Amino acid sequence: MTGTYLLRGGRLLGAGDPVDLLLAGGVIAQVGAALSAPADAVHVDAAGLVVLPGLVDLHTHLREPGREDAETVESGSRAAALGGFTAVHAMANTEPVADTAGVVEQVWHLGREAGYVDVHPVGAVTVGLAGTRLAELGAMAGSAARVRMFSDDGRCVDDAVLMRRALEYVKAFDGVIAQHAQEPRLTAGAQMNEGALSGVLGLRGWPAVAEEAIVARDVLLAEHVGSRLHVCHVSTAGSVEIVRAAKARGVDVTAEVTPHHLLLTEDVVAGYDPVFKVNPPLRAKSDVEALREGLADGTIDAVATDHAPHAAEDKDCEWEAAAMGMLGLETALPVVAEAMVATGLLDWAGVADRMSVRPAGIGRLAGHGRPIAEGEPANLTLVDPHASTVVDPSRSASRSRNTPYAGRTLPTAVVATFLRGVPTVLGGRLVADAR
Amino acid sequence: MKRHLLSAADLDRDDALLVLDTATELATVSSRAVRKLPTLRGRTVVNLFFEDSTRTRISFEAAAKRLSADVINFTAKGSSLSKGESLKDTALTLEAMGADAVVVRHGASGAPYRLANAGWISGSVVNAGDGTHEHPTQALLDAYTMRRHLSEGRGDLADRRVTIVGDVLHSRVARSNVLLLATLGAEVTLVAPPTLLPVGVEDWPCEISYELDPALAKADAVMMLRVQAERMNAAFFPSAREYSRRYGLDAHRMALLPDHAIVMHPGPMNRGMEIAADVADSVRSVIVEQVSNGVNVRMAVLYLLLGGAQLPTGEEVAA
Ligand SMILES: [Zn+2]
Repeated sequence: MTGTYLLRGGRLLGAGDPVDLLLAGGVIAQVGAALSAPADAVHVDAAGLVVLPGLVDLHTHLREPGREDAETVESGSRAAALGGFTAVHAMANTEPVADTAGVVEQVWHLGREAGYVDVHPVGAVTVGLAGTRLAELGAMAGSAARVRMFSDDGRCVDDAVLMRRALEYVKAFDGVIAQHAQEPRLTAGAQMNEGALSGVLGLRGWPAVAEEAIVARDVLLAEHVGSRLHVCHVSTAGSVEIVRAAKARGVDVTAEVTPHHLLLTEDVVAGYDPVFKVNPPLRAKSDVEALREGLADGTIDAVATDHAPHAAEDKDCEWEAAAMGMLGLETALPVVAEAMVATGLLDWAGVADRMSVRPAGIGRLAGHGRPIAEGEPANLTLVDPHASTVVDPSRSASRSRNTPYAGRTLPTAVVATFLRGVPTVLGGRLVADAR
Repeated sequence: MKRHLLSAADLDRDDALLVLDTATELATVSSRAVRKLPTLRGRTVVNLFFEDSTRTRISFEAAAKRLSADVINFTAKGSSLSKGESLKDTALTLEAMGADAVVVRHGASGAPYRLANAGWISGSVVNAGDGTHEHPTQALLDAYTMRRHLSEGRGDLADRRVTIVGDVLHSRVARSNVLLLATLGAEVTLVAPPTLLPVGVEDWPCEISYELDPALAKADAVMMLRVQAERMNAAFFPSAREYSRRYGLDAHRMALLPDHAIVMHPGPMNRGMEIAADVADSVRSVIVEQVSNGVNVRMAVLYLLLGGAQLPTGEEVAA
């Protein structure tokens, strides 16, 4: 059910004059003013809306296989589409771990069946995420899932030799190692950002240096072996500085930041509500400012959600017993709008670059993050810049409810999402059976 | 007073003095032959102990019973808690039983906040020690003890100098004491090796010293914190012997204290580690008295939180 759609009067990347877009055969067939469309074309009023390339998430936990009570590929795909995404990378820390061609193909197939977004499995770097020997990276790269990003996310590849070998090995198929930078010994039992507040609250601290020490080591390793490194969820001012200096030296390093690290500070931990427990932890205001600055100047390449659904019983408990992570797919764009657009740090072209173009490049996704032009794949997101999103956890498409923004009103709203010319979301609601 | 007592910071100066004055009054009453007051008759106090602490549980139990409250003890041993029943399920059970106050001891910092704020229960929550966070009734009984010895049993602790020594990093007693003593006007000095002080301690309302001896000469009270010898395995200090030599209170060091100064310890003590046996048993030691003061202070807290109808006037009932 491809169909033909005429998007009328949207503004590309929120700038210039309103234009019409004719989507047919999965591509953008025509771009121009007052286009005439075939009689059977569905008209979509895009007046006043911002047209963005479909968003691409480098960091999503879809929990399937293993924790289907918290999320499935299907439910997570729906949440992604509602958030304006057309492609997501599904992290490997499932049960079983996505460390073989078989598991990554299973996830990839589930994504195709769901049909709301392109689901690109991330392969584990080490067998079982155990950090002792390399998983069959080549087999995953050569599988139907065509894995290009590898990560032990949730755990750090802290063994320097293993990290070096992984960085070297994936060069054979243009892969990238996405590192969850967390020195394990410095963060044993860590509960929140280490600082004055952790001392007062009596919660074990997760010091910034535990992230920065790994980021610094990894950029040096990547520089030494001439490999591509991606740093997951950068959370500290010091990490931003290390990445900035490495890029200035020409190191092939990219970095992502989560929406929550752009908006929330550690202060919210004071009530011990585990909905704010996340790894890496929420940091200080000065870190948030440095992250925003880093994203604005391009030191940080991408916004990645680290969407981490958790079942109610894993959050409805005491802080120390609670699981780490928060939902992110449905709120990512409004949060970025609040943290970056409303503050004047990014315009919509900048949002498109950090949430679509660059993440697609890092993940080596050919059909995403493309210019909005004739002949390009019709992966598009329509955003109402003047609307607002009121976050109601009970209405989330995710199977989980652990959003840190419950009750909050955020600027902008995703109105429509098109995946290869087919709407997955229209009027802010999922299109039933988008396939 | 707020509805819950979760942190010593919940008490402003007036609240703190109200608790201490009420405890003083209750002490007078309960020193009489008949030691039971009808004040909380028909009210239910639950002792919810996820961590073993017989002394604190018994203290709260005695306090509640002397006010004629019905007391239910939920402890990890011998109940469903040890089988992994969640904090939430336990709270819902207590709510169904009509708990007016829940006294909670938990190994996780902040667990009492969850009980108080997650909407699971409607009664008052008293923090009886949570993880490495706080232990506000311990701070109150310490302040009560100091007031008896240093301020003639009334008013605040303005200008009194209190030295707290030991594992501040892992101590809920230290956190609550620093907050409450600052509220009451005392000058607090924390003494510990740098590894056992929390990040950001320089922002706390107290002085910091890495050396014990200079902090002793000016102290009106010195409080020794329990230090677990196993901490040396995580490199907080090289050995128990070195810790004891640098930060332990022995008779020699005790001699540096002014004549009127008292020696305190929240218990349980590691004799020979942070405190020498002869110091613990010396005339300066008020450690045993701290225990008995604990009951009076906890009576005052329960009485005030549960809004006992009138201040006890000594009206007595047959026990
Ligand atoms: Zn991670």
